[in-house]
Amino acid sequence: MISKKVDTMDMINIKINGIPCQAPAGSTILEAAHASGIAIPTLCYLKEINAIGACRICVVEVKGAKTLVPACVHPISEGMEIFTNTKRVHDARRTNLKLILSTHRQECLSCDRNGHCELQNLCYEYAVDSNMAFEGEKIQYEIDDSAVHMQRDNTKCIMCRRCTAVCNVAEGVGCIGVSGRGFTAKIGSSFGEKLAESKCIHCGQCIIACPTGALSEKDDTSKVWEAIADPDKYVIVQTAPSVRAGLGEEFLMDIGENVEGKMVTALRMLGFDAVFDTDWAADLTIMEEATELLHRIQNGGTMPMFTSCCPGWIKFCETFYPEFIPNLSTCKSPQSMFGAMAKSYYAKKMDIDPNNIVVVSVMPCTAKKFEITRDDMSGAGEGLRDVDISITTRELSKMIRRAGLLFNILPESEFDAPLGIASGAGHIFGASGGVMEAALRTAAEVITGKSLGAVEFKEVRGAHGIKEATYDIGGTPVRVCVLSGAANARTLLEDIKAGKRQYDFIEVMACPGGCVNGGGQPFQPSVVRNFSSVSSMRAEALYGEDASMELRKSHENPAIKQVYEEYLEAPGSDIAHHLLHTSYVDRSEK
Amino acid sequence: MLDKSYYDKTDEIIAEHGARHASLIPIIQDIQAQYRYLPLELLSYVAKKIGITEAKAYSVATFYENFSFEPKGKYVIKVCDGTACHVRGSTPILERLYSELGLSQEKKTTDDMMFTLETVSCLGACGLAPVMTVNDKVYPAMTPDAAAALIRELRG
Repeated sequence: MISKKVDTMDMINIKINGIPCQAPAGSTILEAAHASGIAIPTLCYLKEINAIGACRICVVEVKGAKTLVPACVHPISEGMEIFTNTKRVHDARRTNLKLILSTHRQECLSCDRNGHCELQNLCYEYAVDSNMAFEGEKIQYEIDDSAVHMQRDNTKCIMCRRCTAVCNVAEGVGCIGVSGRGFTAKIGSSFGEKLAESKCIHCGQCIIACPTGALSEKDDTSKVWEAIADPDKYVIVQTAPSVRAGLGEEFLMDIGENVEGKMVTALRMLGFDAVFDTDWAADLTIMEEATELLHRIQNGGTMPMFTSCCPGWIKFCETFYPEFIPNLSTCKSPQSMFGAMAKSYYAKKMDIDPNNIVVVSVMPCTAKKFEITRDDMSGAGEGLRDVDISITTRELSKMIRRAGLLFNILPESEFDAPLGIASGAGHIFGASGGVMEAALRTAAEVITGKSLGAVEFKEVRGAHGIKEATYDIGGTPVRVCVLSGAANARTLLEDIKAGKRQYDFIEVMACPGGCVNGGGQPFQPSVVRNFSSVSSMRAEALYGEDASMELRKSHENPAIKQVYEEYLEAPGSDIAHHLLHTSYVDRSEK
Repeated sequence: MLDKSYYDKTDEIIAEHGARHASLIPIIQDIQAQYRYLPLELLSYVAKKIGITEAKAYSVATFYENFSFEPKGKYVIKVCDGTACHVRGSTPILERLYSELGLSQEKKTTDDMMFTLETVSCLGACGLAPVMTVNDKVYPAMTPDAAAALIRELRG
């Protein structure tokens, strides 16, 4: 007998497939079965996001019930007898799969989702193939590829509504929904507009929520191959902190395994001329952002100040809360700071014509594809975009596979210097609370002028949606708040407007749990997502790396000190402003 | 951009029903009754006022056949094509009306904005089949000729 360790007061007795077991009262059949070692398949269910019992793949038999019941929403009760693997159950699931396939455009061989498709995997497990699908009408939909970061192919949509739910519940955006009814119902932007014209914040949470290939990022890998193949181009790659915390999953490694060393080797083998770390630019961001915060505090600037690393959050603020634009730090994100420095400081140092430099970023994020197209993102000069191509963790894994690199057995190697040297503070940027903690490590010491005993600010760690703390920094109490999932930003901003909450410094990341759970990270099927905190496991990889380092504060990073001495003069200087800061636009009309 | 009067009228309608999520359908019904269609601009406006997303409002408005984003004619004719009306000859009535009005399944409203012709699945008046309505007035036991005569009468 397998059972969860919970107070027996709350446990009730059930039988699953004839085996007696206990599960906490209030559990669904799905949860109780999982705790007893049985995974019931699901397509529409996503824990805390979407529980609508629509796909009917999770149906099970319950003794005494007239019909099969959906395990994802059906609560257990005392004495309930559940059968998860009878012929009736299998037949029903197979019929439902055949019905889904009958309107599904099956181009599995070339589909972006091949191998990670939950529908494909279920069809395999239940021995359902395309010849078995029912004949019937199919609707031809146009692919919506209007947006820079992703595309929607409704011919592969199974109407599970995971995308619309995550857009509403986790992101508070709600730019997509169902329109029409019955057979012609479809998911799309409101008023039938193209995604590019909608209020989408580009977070990509809908892509990683989608069980099929209906949603996918725009694949920019061909641009990267082209740049690498061009002998006149000097191609620099930078990798965001979270990429090393997720990439291993693409090669069947455990969630949360830090693959920094293998990743660096792979990037070199792919042919990049220099392999650098966005974490270096994260340290640079901290220098600029901590300085800006202190400046605002000391000079009566607009408070509270919000972090500006997350392009999803920036678009959210510009679209829904433009009144808070003056509160956004003017610092560019580490991705863009990196690009501006690569095409100015590094180009000069190495005597390379910046026009021949191609900066490629590997990000856990789809919104970064939008960020690189923003105005005021050409710090090194007109026509010199900070970042030329932005690809996701998933796209990098595709390149590694196509190049035939045996990732799992690659030796480890280190980033190139100097733009590859980063502190532990830079590494933790990928987790919700990481930017805040990194900033506190530096701000505290800059204000007090002396080294703090404690380096870790654990109150701001973890996957909770909203975290808050007050720190005494040089005699000044600094009230901080950290939140992830843009829906929480809505809650918080409304509270701030109503005067219910007061803070000095607020970190916002649009994706729940931060960049480690970004829309560009490896797919994890719902069976994993529903029962473990993928973002916390990935965050551990970053906190672990930080804890193992000597160098844990951005302002102590020698490569950062060097760049201020040689080029930027001081944090917040004119040249730093020119290269590393940006401006925002009110998008509320759209 | 619609004239300001549209928004003022919408504000009145919203005030009548209360700016609550649950008021969405009665509000947009009243807007449609006022203008004979539901302008998208007003749907978006209502969504903002009652605190739901545009996508949600659009979902609801497209779910119900009754809401139309296209302006409708002065006379909205609904020909019932439910089972009872169908077997008692609704199709010839519909075809006669299409030819009389120069309309089709795709083109539902006449250019002079006088007539909109729709089919409905059941008007719940099966005993009167075949039945049609004009602006909610019921015309029972119709024939193609009677329908054509009614159109001529409405044209005046």
